Amino acid sequence: MRLTRRDALVALGATGLAGAGVGAGVLAFDDGSPADGDDETGADALLRSLAAAAEVLYPSGVEGVEEFVETYSLGRVRGRETYREGLRRAVSDLDAAARAWYGAPYADLDRDTRESVLRELGADTADADPEGRRGERIRYYVVEELLYAFYASPTGGRLAGIENPVGYPGGVESYRRGPEAARTGSERGDDSGDGGESP
Amino acid sequence: MSDHETDVCVVGAGPAGALVADRLAKRGHDVLVLDAGPRFDGPDEDRLERMEAFVRSGDWRGVWEMGGERDAYTSEGRDYPLNHARVKGVGGSSLHWHGMVMRLHESDFERHSRDGVGVDWPIGYEDLRPYYAAAERELGVAGAADDPYAAPREEPYPMAAFPPSYSDSLFAPACERLGVDMHSASNARNSEAYDDAPTCVGYGTCKPVCPSRAKYTAERHVAAAEDEGATVVANAPVQRLDTDERGERLVRAVYADDGPEGGGGERTVEADQFVLAAGGVETPRLLLLSADEANPDGLANASGAVGRYFMDHLYAGTGGVLDEPTRQKHVGFNTSECHQFYDDPTAGATGTAASVPASDADCGPLKLEFVNYAGPAPTDVALDGEQWGDDLLAEVRESYGRFVEVGALVGQLPRAENRIALDPDRTDDHGNPVPRVVWNIDDRTRRTLARANQIQEHILAEMGAEVRWQVGPENTGPAFHHMGTTRMGTDPATSVVDAELRAHDHPNLSVVSSSVFPTSGAMNPTLTIAALALRAADTLHDALSR
Ligand SMILES: Cc1cc2nc3c(=O)[nH]c(=O)nc-3n(C[C@H](O)[C@H](O)[C@H](O)COP(=O)(O)OP(=O)(O)OC[C@H]3O[C@@H](n4cnc5c(N)ncnc54)[C@H](O)[C@@H]3O)c2cc1C
Repeated sequence: MRLTRRDALVALGATGLAGAGVGAGVLAFDDGSPADGDDETGADALLRSLAAAAEVLYPSGVEGVEEFVETYSLGRVRGRETYREGLRRAVSDLDAAARAWYGAPYADLDRDTRESVLRELGADTADADPEGRRGERIRYYVVEELLYAFYASPTGGRLAGIENPVGYPGGVESYRRGPEAARTGSERGDDSGDGGESP
Repeated sequence: MSDHETDVCVVGAGPAGALVADRLAKRGHDVLVLDAGPRFDGPDEDRLERMEAFVRSGDWRGVWEMGGERDAYTSEGRDYPLNHARVKGVGGSSLHWHGMVMRLHESDFERHSRDGVGVDWPIGYEDLRPYYAAAERELGVAGAADDPYAAPREEPYPMAAFPPSYSDSLFAPACERLGVDMHSASNARNSEAYDDAPTCVGYGTCKPVCPSRAKYTAERHVAAAEDEGATVVANAPVQRLDTDERGERLVRAVYADDGPEGGGGERTVEADQFVLAAGGVETPRLLLLSADEANPDGLANASGAVGRYFMDHLYAGTGGVLDEPTRQKHVGFNTSECHQFYDDPTAGATGTAASVPASDADCGPLKLEFVNYAGPAPTDVALDGEQWGDDLLAEVRESYGRFVEVGALVGQLPRAENRIALDPDRTDDHGNPVPRVVWNIDDRTRRTLARANQIQEHILAEMGAEVRWQVGPENTGPAFHHMGTTRMGTDPATSVVDAELRAHDHPNLSVVSSSVFPTSGAMNPTLTIAALALRAADTLHDALSR
């Protein structure tokens, strides 16, 4: 199954940050970053690392991870200075660990090694904490963030059997439907994908 | 000189206080409301972020910023998680609540006459009946008159009921075979746009936060009261109530100014009438904290009943799995209940092909809930585990999707030893003794929980579910409904307020809260609190107009 841009928008909708459009988010991220060409903190490298982590966290058959992570993450950072800094720091810690322990950027490691790095950092057992120790921050900004995005999106939810995940508006439409609704494609119009603005 | 002078001073901005304030302000009285907690409506307020924080952390208490020294308490007997059970802030616990709203049954007002246990209320269902109808309009209740066991009602609900869920449809054939009647559940949640509030869209997180604001919160009546000229002061925990030199009339409320510029300084409010609506725990606590020379055991406490007879509803539930998807968690509320065993908890039932046996145990009322959100959500499993990738997906699929659960609420008997007392050993952020919750459950309540479990087991067995968990007499927990601690009655020697909710001992003090319930029934209390609030507002209006 394939993650779509709409999945990312839906997952963002659940967080309330999708409303004003994610295109603006991309710009805000690029504009707002110090354009210092530093690989470890540059937007591209950051997104590559996140996508590489997502491939570990998401089920193996899922396609379109890179675009999904990009759309979601850029939408997430839009207008959220503290969050952006926290994300940047967590990802560069992850990358630094990869370079120190395995001699390559995180995104260049194979999938098993990427998983090891996360576990060696304690991001599997740590309590998520945006201001905590390294492993706790990585758990918060990388592991839980990406898992939340996936399982709060229709594609992720559908894999689990719920096309309208908790935290996303639409339950009053879907709660009366039978199980076939989770197996079939989209029941919602595409224009509802960026729903989630509080009335 | 007092900082404020007003006709009516209301302590607490939950549903009870907000409704009284709104009613009295509409009738032209000067109203000032004090609430211990903040307003959750600043420029940065974003209910979606609040919801996400909850979905990601599972932290109920933190959503509405409960905890810390301000909210410290101690617990004796059965553990009582008090700060999961209330919210301090403008809107009160309705910010967090679930929004299930049912009228009590006629029998609930006559527990002693009918069952020989507890006490009778000094009012009956007929006294509250018109106020129930008004309360349903105020809270915006979606419901259907399809419950054959409900108390008589005169008019339709303000909104149509939410239709039954897919999950309900899995229970229905089994219940029909057993002769267990399913009917709609009434909800303080908009099935259509109502007044200015939107239709529910189903975020699935009603409890603890509804981001669309389709679930009723008392913020609505606070705003309406303010539109009518009422003043609402947040971060203003009342420290004590002062009486006149004879200890009879209340003259002022003294609060701590915990606002951004207040620095905790003391402020005072003088008023003709005082309404205590601080919930079932803080209400008796404030009366006890206000002890003075003439009232050494606390205000309104000549009977010694303040803080005593603390009751909650207890949860009983049986959950299991089917071998097919059950479609849980699409919405955060229930759409079907069964009140057949409310007045007759021990009666058997027989349907088209099977039956629930009668019981010869002595039991109290119980109501059954067909749960639409059994088991964990995929995000719960995903964010909780140490597995990733395909292993995680397998775990999510195993944990989500096939659960069913039948819940129940059971009332408990009023017993003097269950109480809210002042803890002599611990103080809050203002140096006041914290509430000590002394709580246990009685044998009749245990028997009723066991009976609820028995009925639930029959339903699950009949639908072919494999039982995976049960909450019953041993591991039950409270439903967060604080009742009984300033009970109403006709006799000043055994009760705190009269049938009009006025303190026997103080002519200008009213208490509006589930703390006035003499017995608990087994229905969620807030619709009854609202009806009582509207009734008390009428009494207060008359008093203020004299
Ligand atoms: C998780 C949860 C789910 C619930 N679900 C349901 C449900 O489905 N159906 C139902 O009927 N009920 C439900 N309830 C109960 C419901 O929330 C309460 O019955 C209702 O809010 C009580 O209204 P109230 O105004 O009396 O008190 P509250 O809503 O508790 O408000 C009291 C207010 O008083 C303020 N206060 C306290 N002390 C002071 C002081 N000293 N000075 C100034 N202000 C003070 C507090 O800050 C608070 O804002 C639920 C409760 C919880 C916690």
